[in-house]
Amino acid sequence: MTGPAFRQARAKVSSAERKERLLFALLVGPNLFLFSIFTYWPLVYNGYLSMVRWDFLGPKVWVGFGNFRHLFTQDEFALVLWNTAVFTVSTVGLICGFGLLIALLLNRSLLWRDGVRAVVFSPVMLSGAAMGIVWLFILDPRYGLLDVLLGYVGLDSPNWLLDTRWAMAGVIIVHVWKNLGYAVVIILAGLQAIPKELYEAALVDGAGAFGRFHAVTLPGLSPIFFFLFVTTMLASFQSFDIIHVMTEGGPVNATTTLIYNLYDEAFKATRAGRAAVSAVVLFLGMFAITLIQMRFSERHVHYA
Amino acid sequence: MKMEDTAKMTQQYSQSSWQNGAVRRKDGASAANTQVSWVGHRRSRVSDGLGYAGMAVVLLMIGLPVYWMTTGAFKFDSEIYQLPPTWWPQQPTLQNFADAWTSVPFGNFYINTIVTTFFGSGFEIFFGVTSAYAFVFLRFPKRDWIFLILIAALMIPNQVTVLPNYLTVARELGWSNTYQGIVLPGASVAYGTFLLRQYYMSLPREVFDAAKVDGADHLRTLWSVVIPLAKPAIISFGLLSVVSKWNDYLWPLIITNREEWYVLPIGIRWLMVQEGYISWGPVMAGTVLVVLPVLIIFLYAQKYIVEGIAAGAVKG
Repeated sequence: MTGPAFRQARAKVSSAERKERLLFALLVGPNLFLFSIFTYWPLVYNGYLSMVRWDFLGPKVWVGFGNFRHLFTQDEFALVLWNTAVFTVSTVGLICGFGLLIALLLNRSLLWRDGVRAVVFSPVMLSGAAMGIVWLFILDPRYGLLDVLLGYVGLDSPNWLLDTRWAMAGVIIVHVWKNLGYAVVIILAGLQAIPKELYEAALVDGAGAFGRFHAVTLPGLSPIFFFLFVTTMLASFQSFDIIHVMTEGGPVNATTTLIYNLYDEAFKATRAGRAAVSAVVLFLGMFAITLIQMRFSERHVHYA
Repeated sequence: MKMEDTAKMTQQYSQSSWQNGAVRRKDGASAANTQVSWVGHRRSRVSDGLGYAGMAVVLLMIGLPVYWMTTGAFKFDSEIYQLPPTWWPQQPTLQNFADAWTSVPFGNFYINTIVTTFFGSGFEIFFGVTSAYAFVFLRFPKRDWIFLILIAALMIPNQVTVLPNYLTVARELGWSNTYQGIVLPGASVAYGTFLLRQYYMSLPREVFDAAKVDGADHLRTLWSVVIPLAKPAIISFGLLSVVSKWNDYLWPLIITNREEWYVLPIGIRWLMVQEGYISWGPVMAGTVLVVLPVLIIFLYAQKYIVEGIAAGAVKG
C-alpha cells in the first residue's frame, strides 16, 4: 500500500476504534492513575526509604543496605520475625483445621444449620478493633468471662495480655475466632462443588465414611484448600487492628509482628528507614506466597 | 488456569452455596434417600445427636463474645464487676450509651464513617463496574497487559505502602484530618475489577450483539444491559466493599490525629483509652454502636455477602 491508500486504511481502522480507545482510557485511566500514585509509586519509594536513615525531619542519609544489615543482626528484629512466623503459622493452622471441622459439621442436613452458619460467619464482618476490645473485656483476668468459665473447671485465668508468655496466645485466639467463619464459607463452597456422583460411586465401591472422606472429599477440596491457605496466610500477615487495640505489640514486644513493627518504627520511633525495611520484608514475604500460589495452582492442584 | 475456565468455576461456585443448598437438598436428595445423606452418613439418632452437640459448641464458641458485648452494654458497671456474673442484665439501662456518646464525639465518628464509607465504596464500585466493562468490551492496544498491571496491585497491600502514602497525603498534600485524605488512597480497585470482569465474560454474548444492532452505544449498553445483568455480582462486591471501608483501621489511624476526625474503629479505641480501660459498660455500648449497622446489613444481605466471598475462592 502506498501513500494516501495506506493512510486511508489506517484512518478507517482508527475511526472505528478511536471512540472505543478514548472511552477505554476514560474508564480505566482514573483507576490506574490512583494506583500509580498510591500503590505502585509508594512501593518504589518505600524501597528507596529502606536505604536511608531519616527521622522525618532532617535530611535523608543514604546508608545502602545498612538498615537491613543492622536489623538482621538485631535480636529485637529476630523476635519480630519469629513473632510473625508464630502468629501466621498458628492462625493459619487453627483457622484451616477448625474451619474444615465446622464446615463438615455444617454441611450436614441438621435443623437450624443456616442460623449457626450465619453466627459463625458474622465475626468476619465486624470491626477488628471493636472485637479486640470485646475480647479485652472477656480476657480480663479478674472480671473477665473467660476467667469465670475457667473457674467452673477449676482453672485460673492467666494474665493474658500482660504476661509475655500468654499475650501471643491471646491475640492468636482473637484472630482465629474472628476469621474462622471465612474458612467455613470457603470450604462449604468447595464441599458443595464436589459432584454427588463421586460419593455414590464410592459408596457402590463399598467405601466407608472415612474412605469416602479420604478418596472423595479431600481431593475434591484440594484446590479450594490451597486458595484458603494462601488467603488466610496473607490476612494473618496483615493483621493489625486486633494487635493494636489489645496489646500495642507488647508486653515487651511479645506481640510485635512485622506489620506492627512497621507502624511502631514509622509513627512512634520515627525511624523511616527501619520502618521501610519492615515493609520490604512484608512485601517480599507476601509476594513469595502469591508466586507459590500461582505456580502451584496451575500444576499441582487438580480441579475435580 | 485459563480465564474462561475461571469464569465458569466462579459461576459454579456462586450458584452452589449457602442457604439455597438446604432447599435444593430438601426437594432432591432427601426425598430420594432418607437413609443416606449425600455424604453417605447413615442417618442415625446418635450421629444426629453428635451433630447437634457440635453445633451447640460452635454456637457457644463463636457467638458468646458478641452476646457478652451486647448484654454488657446494658449493664451498670456495678453489675459488670459482680461475681459470679449475670447472664442477663438485671436492671437493663441505656445509661452506657449516653455515657459513650458524651465522653467522646460519637456523632462525629458516625458522620465521618458514613461519609468515608459512602465515597470510598462509591469510588470502588464505580471504578470496578466501569473498568471491568472496558476490559471486556472495548478494544485497546495491549489491553490484557494493562489488565495484568492493574491486577498486580492486588499483590501490594495497603500495609506495605502506608509510610510513603503518609508522606504523600499528610506532608505533600496536607490532607491529614480530611475526608479526601482518608478516602483517596483506597479509592481505586483491582479485586472488584477482576471479579466483575469474570462475571461480565460469563454473560450471554447474544444480549450485547442485540444491543449493538439496536444501535446502543457503549455507555448505554453498560447502563441498561450489563449492569442489570451483573446486579448480583455488583451487589456482592459492593457490600464487601462497604463492610471493609466501614471497618478500615490502619490508614485512618495514621491520617487522622484529632478526635473530631476519627472514624468509628479509631473512635472506639479512643473511647476505651478515655475510660481508662476500666469502665467497660460505656465501652461495650460503644462497640455495639460500631458494629450494629454492619450486623443489620449482614442480616439482610447475608446471601450476597457470602456469595461474594465464595466467588473469590476460585480466582486462581
